[in-house]
Amino acid sequence: MKDWRYWLAEQRGTLLALGIFIVMFIIYTSNHPAGFTANVVQTAANKGVLLAFVAMAQTLVVLTAGIDLSVGMIFLLTNCLASWLVVGTPMQTALGVIAVLAVGLLCGAINGAIVIYGRLQPIVATIATGAVFYGIGLLLRPFPGGSVNEDLADALTGRVFGVVPASVVVLLAVVLIVWVPFSRSVLGRAARAAGSSETAAYMSGVPIRRGKFAAYTLAGLLAAIGGLFLTFFTYTGEAAYASGNAYTLFSIAAVVLGGVSLFGGKGSAIGAIFGALAFRTIGDLLFVFDFDPLWQPLFQGVILLVAVSLGAFALFRVRNRLEWFL
Amino acid sequence: MSETTLGGIAGRMPKFIRRADPAVLTAFACIVVLLLVGSLYSRSFLSPEYLLQQLKVASFLGVIATGMMLVILLGQIDLSVPWAVAAGAMMACAAAAYGPVGVALAIPFGVFCGVLIGVVNGIGVAYLRIPSMIITLATNAVAQGLMVVYTGGFSPQDSATGAMRYLATGFTIPGVPNAVIIWALIGAAMVFVLTRTGFGRAVYGIGNRERAAYLSGVDTRGVVMIAFAVSGGLSAFGGVLLAGYASKAAQSMGDAYLLPSIAAVVLGGTSILGGRGSYLGTVAGVILITLLQSILSVLQMPEAGRQIIYGVVIVAMLLLYGRAPASR
Repeated sequence: MKDWRYWLAEQRGTLLALGIFIVMFIIYTSNHPAGFTANVVQTAANKGVLLAFVAMAQTLVVLTAGIDLSVGMIFLLTNCLASWLVVGTPMQTALGVIAVLAVGLLCGAINGAIVIYGRLQPIVATIATGAVFYGIGLLLRPFPGGSVNEDLADALTGRVFGVVPASVVVLLAVVLIVWVPFSRSVLGRAARAAGSSETAAYMSGVPIRRGKFAAYTLAGLLAAIGGLFLTFFTYTGEAAYASGNAYTLFSIAAVVLGGVSLFGGKGSAIGAIFGALAFRTIGDLLFVFDFDPLWQPLFQGVILLVAVSLGAFALFRVRNRLEWFL
Repeated sequence: MSETTLGGIAGRMPKFIRRADPAVLTAFACIVVLLLVGSLYSRSFLSPEYLLQQLKVASFLGVIATGMMLVILLGQIDLSVPWAVAAGAMMACAAAAYGPVGVALAIPFGVFCGVLIGVVNGIGVAYLRIPSMIITLATNAVAQGLMVVYTGGFSPQDSATGAMRYLATGFTIPGVPNAVIIWALIGAAMVFVLTRTGFGRAVYGIGNRERAAYLSGVDTRGVVMIAFAVSGGLSAFGGVLLAGYASKAAQSMGDAYLLPSIAAVVLGGTSILGGRGSYLGTVAGVILITLLQSILSVLQMPEAGRQIIYGVVIVAMLLLYGRAPASR
């Protein structure tokens, strides 16, 4: 009967993020000196897609009611690794890409194993593993440098048919290959159910451990894809602590903007992608309005603060004060 | 039967060992092991000068970890430490540039800025019910943004006042650095608050079960709010001391204190889920972390290696005694 209503209720967060993104992007391009051209879109897409991958990674973990404060560091580590491995002949490059993605999977699996089988709190565990990943990245690249297969890099950061940014095409492909099958699989549902109510999921015989483990592992993979793309954009690897931290922080902002509940169980990676694109566009609005770039960190911080505070409106629906303490 | 045997063995031990938390004992044992390993490398590791120097370095982390412990006891976490430290240092140095009044008010002003950051965290966590790791990350970002705007992205040129330098590097009692005395005073105050006041009881109660504390008539939101304000203030005070130690504030001077302060509290046996832990354990954790840092730098371990060892040590210690109960 009213199927579309359920669909609408389920996708409300995603649609809201899409709406914010479209409005912000229209403001952005209409005030941009070059206007709405393929070049402007390509640059914006390349910047946005990086955060979109990291935000997707964060979404998978947040859906299980956890948090991954090491995504930014996995992103840095794979960037450093890619600047060593993704070079040479097409064959070597392909092997390098596979190796980088495998390392991302491994990082995610380590996080998952520690959090699920080691039964540690995700916050502390991922801060600690993040330090390890950053340390390894710094070992690989004590100083910024390295190189990447430039043909591949240019192909993936350029435009398809001269109009569509290639990075957006890759993002779409990743959504279709990773997110859609995962969210429809038993494991994906298990991860979501575990985030919604772990006890209920456990009682219903849902494989929560495997589901959560899959979510953490795939998060590592998605962060690694982001790291690969960072290498394609910059042609170098760099272990910058501040940059890793910033990506972790922005991924949380993107997830919140994208309508994913930080308490787990609710939301979709597609929402987080629009959240990431919207967050990037809002941050870049300062440039088209000729503000001093010094104000950007403050501006982004305030957006994050406002975005997380919006969740407080749910308090008005609380009838019993004891529900505050869930 | 076995219980009586166990009781018999324990009964022969001194009372303070019987009552001690195994985690605290482990931490102290690790300190002894680290000192022994260090003394194998160089004799000066056991000299009083070296140990006092380590205590002085530890006291900065100790002040910051005290605030962190209060928040962790509630079952929350404060990730705004890095820029609360930097904001405290920068604002204290900035106030010093405004004549004699500014110099006199430098330290209170720095701490006040930290308390402000803490109050925003507290409002978010206690009244808006935002998860603490999220709201503190956000206030950290805002504090960073404010400091970047204020300093123009460079390290500020204002330098620390004489009073700040005296607190961090001077000697009131010959042989004992002032920083160590300050840490001892703050630590004693925290022990008193945690064990002898209603506020301390409420903190442990909320950490165990906030619903139960609320139903028992505790103003849980007020307690959480005060705890975050204290944590922000102590972080900023740690920053003031650090600025006095280095004579000036610097960008990202607080980044090196987030992980160690959490690690010190957790390694000292305080449960990350809240409600359990003693200040003695935090003292042990702070000294443990400082010694570990010192030995790694004596061995000329590069930054990368230090980060890896940190992370691995923390995960390993947590796996030893920080695990959550199995779901069933």
